Amino acid sequence: MTKIPIHLDINGHRHELQLEPRVTLLDALRERLGLTGTKKGCDHGQCGACTVHVDGERVLACLTLAAQAEGRTITTIEGLAREGELHPVQAAFLEQDAFQCGYCTSGQIMSAVACIREGHAGSDEEIREYMAGNLCRCGAYPHIVAAVRQAALEAAS
Amino acid sequence: MRDFSYLRATSADAARQAAALPGAMLLAGGTTLIDLAKCGVAAPDTLVDITHLKGLDKIEVNERGATIGALARMSHVADHAGIKSRFPAVSEALWQAASAQLRNMATIGGNLMQRTRCPYFRDPSNFPACNKREPGSGCSAIGGVTRGHAVLGASDACIAMYPGDLAVALVAFDATVHLGERKLLVDDFFLRPGATPDREHAIEPGEMITAVEIPGSAAARRSTYLKIRDRQSYEFAAASAAVGIEFEADGRTIRDLRVALGGVATKPWRARAVEDALKGKVLEPDAVRAASRLAVEGAVDHGANHYKIELAPRVVARAILKLGETV
Repeated sequence: MTKIPIHLDINGHRHELQLEPRVTLLDALRERLGLTGTKKGCDHGQCGACTVHVDGERVLACLTLAAQAEGRTITTIEGLAREGELHPVQAAFLEQDAFQCGYCTSGQIMSAVACIREGHAGSDEEIREYMAGNLCRCGAYPHIVAAVRQAALEAAS
Repeated sequence: MRDFSYLRATSADAARQAAALPGAMLLAGGTTLIDLAKCGVAAPDTLVDITHLKGLDKIEVNERGATIGALARMSHVADHAGIKSRFPAVSEALWQAASAQLRNMATIGGNLMQRTRCPYFRDPSNFPACNKREPGSGCSAIGGVTRGHAVLGASDACIAMYPGDLAVALVAFDATVHLGERKLLVDDFFLRPGATPDREHAIEPGEMITAVEIPGSAAARRSTYLKIRDRQSYEFAAASAAVGIEFEADGRTIRDLRVALGGVATKPWRARAVEDALKGKVLEPDAVRAASRLAVEGAVDHGANHYKIELAPRVVARAILKLGETV
């Protein structure tokens, strides 16, 4: 199929790409732009590893066409840190040892940043419910909940 | 995923016209369609992206009811103050569905077009026989692993379960779907499989869902969505119930009752027999449990899904009794 021009605004940078319409935002990020922090897990919207923010809301890059994301503001894990300083959620994940293999971590952190911003991190129960879309096959869930709780408390204070 | 051409609609009329052409499909949140395209179940020639259309995502709630634009996101409707206060079952059905990420993507119109999760339907390379995909090819689920298949509303051609939550609440409260000027009850929008399981919705080529309207009622205001599943979150229902209740002035006698089931049928399943058995009666646990058995009248199991016939009435009874406690 003919490639089409697609402009993407990612982490404050504008990118001009020529893509087949079927290319997902996930594949555009990883394969065309070298932004490999966003992970491909199931590629079917079941695991959350590819979570990014579009217009400030967490979505799954594997089920979003790159073409659909044109004109939106996209943030990936690479865009969280400011001037070499980790985002508070990134710092909390390190402090709480909230990962083992690390493959799901980018998605967990992107999801957690949005979860806190949405106001859905008020209790451990609420954190578990609203982080349920991010699977961790290492089973680091207790530490992930602790990291989100810590970052939510920091954000509130 | 087979490639397709991409068209970004600039107006609802243009979208309808473009999507009416053979091989064209409307694309909203994409959470079903892009997934099924990857599975090889959907193979559109053209996708008509309607997510950039303006003005179709409004949520309006007043004493007469709620009107929800087709492009409103599940997450926004779930968190809407008016929906939470006047239609708690709708909000609960939404936030208990899918994940936060999927709810930010999926639209209300797209949600109604969600396809079954039948694993045979979703796997054409291993299971070529599927009457829903290829009419007349047979059904791989019948005689297969049926734990997640329907016990109500099935046919010899198809036993695939309707997997959604929102529409269960919509059916309970007599919501209508707007296809432009044409309006029909959500209950009539969803079709039983019968001999044509490939046709799931009463929508014609050239039509597009524009809004969902839910009439306000006392039963909708006092309502809940109880969802029981294999894991606590991010899972489809093993059995679920949308229930709403209105009491007479005595606070004990049931004036109005709405019951609909999810996770057990081929479409969102209104259980009028339960409603009729309890209306005019005093809310009493034994009577509620007995009446709730009527929810699965006519149910047929396929072995591994027998548990749903036991589970569904208990879910209905628990939901009704929970609403009664808050008298």
